[in-house]
Amino acid sequence: MQRLPGSGTFSHGVHPDEHKEATEGLPIERMPFVSRFVLPLSQHIGAPCRPVVRPNQRVRRGQLVAEPGGFVSTALHSPVTGRVVGIGPRRHPNGQLVQAIEIEADPLDPQDMPDQSFGDPLTMPVPELIDLVQRGGMVGLGGAAFPSHVKYKLPEGRSARWLVLNGCECEPFLTCDHRVMVEHPDRVLRGIQIVGRLLGVEEAVIGVELNKPDAIEALRHAIEDAGDLVVPTRVQGVKVKYPQGAEKMLIKALFDVEVPAGKLPLDVGMVVNNVGTMAAVADWFDHGRPLVERVITVSGPGVRRPANLLVPIGTPIRAVLEYCDALGPDVQEIVMGGPMMGQPVASLDAPVLKGTSGLLVFTESRDQAMRACIKCGRCLEACAYNLNPSRLGRLARAGRIEEMERYHLMDCMECGACTWACPSRIPLVQLFRSAKGNLRKIKAAAK
Amino acid sequence: MTQRDPRLVLQTSPFLQTGVTTPRIMRDVILAALPTLAAATWNFGVVALLVVGSATAGAVGMEWLTTRKRPDNPLLDGSALLTGLLLGLTLPPGIPLWMAFLGGVVGIGLGKAIWGGLGQNLFNPALIGRAFLQAAFPITLTSWMPNRFHGEQVAGFWRLGEQTLAAPLMRRDVEVVTAATPLGLQKFEGTLTDLGHTVIGTTGGSLGETSAILIVLGGLYLLWRRAFDWRIPAAILGTVVVFVAVLHYGFDASRFPTPWFSLTTGGLLFGTVFMATDPVTSPTSPKGAVIFGVGVGVLVVLIRHFGGLPEGVMYAILLMNTASPLIDRTVQSRVFGRGRKAAS
Ligand code: SF4
Ligand code: SF4
Repeated sequence: MQRLPGSGTFSHGVHPDEHKEATEGLPIERMPFVSRFVLPLSQHIGAPCRPVVRPNQRVRRGQLVAEPGGFVSTALHSPVTGRVVGIGPRRHPNGQLVQAIEIEADPLDPQDMPDQSFGDPLTMPVPELIDLVQRGGMVGLGGAAFPSHVKYKLPEGRSARWLVLNGCECEPFLTCDHRVMVEHPDRVLRGIQIVGRLLGVEEAVIGVELNKPDAIEALRHAIEDAGDLVVPTRVQGVKVKYPQGAEKMLIKALFDVEVPAGKLPLDVGMVVNNVGTMAAVADWFDHGRPLVERVITVSGPGVRRPANLLVPIGTPIRAVLEYCDALGPDVQEIVMGGPMMGQPVASLDAPVLKGTSGLLVFTESRDQAMRACIKCGRCLEACAYNLNPSRLGRLARAGRIEEMERYHLMDCMECGACTWACPSRIPLVQLFRSAKGNLRKIKAAAK
Repeated sequence: MTQRDPRLVLQTSPFLQTGVTTPRIMRDVILAALPTLAAATWNFGVVALLVVGSATAGAVGMEWLTTRKRPDNPLLDGSALLTGLLLGLTLPPGIPLWMAFLGGVVGIGLGKAIWGGLGQNLFNPALIGRAFLQAAFPITLTSWMPNRFHGEQVAGFWRLGEQTLAAPLMRRDVEVVTAATPLGLQKFEGTLTDLGHTVIGTTGGSLGETSAILIVLGGLYLLWRRAFDWRIPAAILGTVVVFVAVLHYGFDASRFPTPWFSLTTGGLLFGTVFMATDPVTSPTSPKGAVIFGVGVGVLVVLIRHFGGLPEGVMYAILLMNTASPLIDRTVQSRVFGRGRKAAS
């Protein structure tokens, strides 16, 4: 195999404390079933799904409860055997009321999921495979929850040479991907074979940050043990730096290729997927288990029993945090996802979603004393896109939003590295998010 | 309708932040300058503390006066204290205290407040204070009180300068005993001061510019604390060394000093470590910082060896301060995924 041309890193970026010690050594633990589950119809990017069950109907674990609402949408399955108690507005983690299916678990049911098979995924026709990926409710498990089959359906005339697996997990605190790679490297590899063959790629590479040597080793072993692979796969360590897990930064680190602004990895012949998604795909094709549970990391200063949990999707956040003894009187802030790009949790009654990679509990408030920009340049050296957040920030605060576009505001991936690095505590990425929203509105109005 | 759990704080990501804060940076620079102040006190006696104290009082007082109505309380960020301290260290030890105080007031007033406060100013406020004093009181600012260890006998720690306690604006025609600075000696009389003296600091000069070792120590501390952009001092010192080496070894070894002499004398090290690295008045981008540093280095050598003054660090930095916004506008980094290196 030829060496990959990348240097293993990208320029700029930041080094926040990793905070992974609490959970990186903890085996994945199954969270017990609770009594009620809430399944919002829109847990993925795209159209919400359409319920196919009625209130009071009995459902099995793994049974389809909502079908895709379009091509850019995916299926939804019941995480438990039980009874549909209602379909209507329920709390989303952001505090808003959204349409959801609520299911009450049957306390007497053993909650088994029978194996089923659809035939050999390595010989099945591609359109059928893509359809099955959608029927399995597969989404990217890295956080964005983009329906996987949409990514796998390459536009007419396009092809991918590489399947790139993202095992960086560059967000502090999170260790769920890490544990999946260590404990289930064979499933990750199996998923890679299925998806790689589907996409027709020549090779696959798993990029893993070098702070996870055990994951790198486990994956290499799995590859060796597998012998002849349909899709030759290799593991490549990359430097520990945030945001190494951003698709374009990973491609830069591995291949020394810059995906042009406004383009996708596919434009340079690559498809990037999260490693956890691969394991989920393998479970679906080999055992007929749709996406009804996922591994999340529960950690942070407010969690007395940190864990990597295999949680049924739809489990209320309150139940997860109680299980991990994280709801003490000192709770200040709860984050869904990683601390750099995650979302604040507004309601404890809201459920764990397909895209939830972690629940973090913070007990101390941050330093909010915003001061003047001292032009120190730390934000410039943080920005992997080489933007000038200092200037963009000053323009944003002056309300000169249209000027910001000239400085490539729209290229900002909202990774938050600049805000992390700013000694004057200027909420740069927050300013950029709202400026981008305003800019889009201005443009839409101009059309 | 949004409903939130009442006890939860709701803010957007990122939820982590670096431990480096602007007040911490200011504090670090102040700490880094303290050994130099201690050396100045050792070399010149209690006047050093009095001069620096007066300049600081002027700066902090003016900052308080101009920002006391602001809700964000900029006085607490420590930048005015720093300005006063640095200004004080650039002054000659024998300066009347009221002048040092006035320098602090003007430095903050004209150097910072009228621009809109921290972050808005074009020039380094401490250097504005110093430049103002130099223009207003040229004789006093170039009268160097001798080092305590200069004469036959070591002078007392508690001695004051002839004019230290002079009343404001009163001219007293006192013969001030002055000592020449190494740069003055080299430039106007062609004698070189022993390198050992310039490194340790037992020579004449401004309060803070005499001990090279302690300034370097402060610089290393700032480097370790990541409190400044290391590219600026690296570029300035590198440029001066190369430029002077070319002049000394390539042209005229009697007219131009050795690079080591240039490095350790005058305000070069002090200005490099403490003044040129002021983030507000130097370029923001890494590339810009290098250009800025090279510019300061070239100007220092030009003024020292081809201009009429023995020392040019202050003007070199002030001149490059004016160029900073321009440098920032011209040096645009190539955005990731755009331009020549982006795959097509
Ligand atoms: S990090 Fe903050 S203070 Fe420094 S230049 Fe950027 S915005 Fe200004
Ligand atoms: S949030 Fe945007 S501007 Fe800030 S570092 Fe990330 S990409 Fe750069």
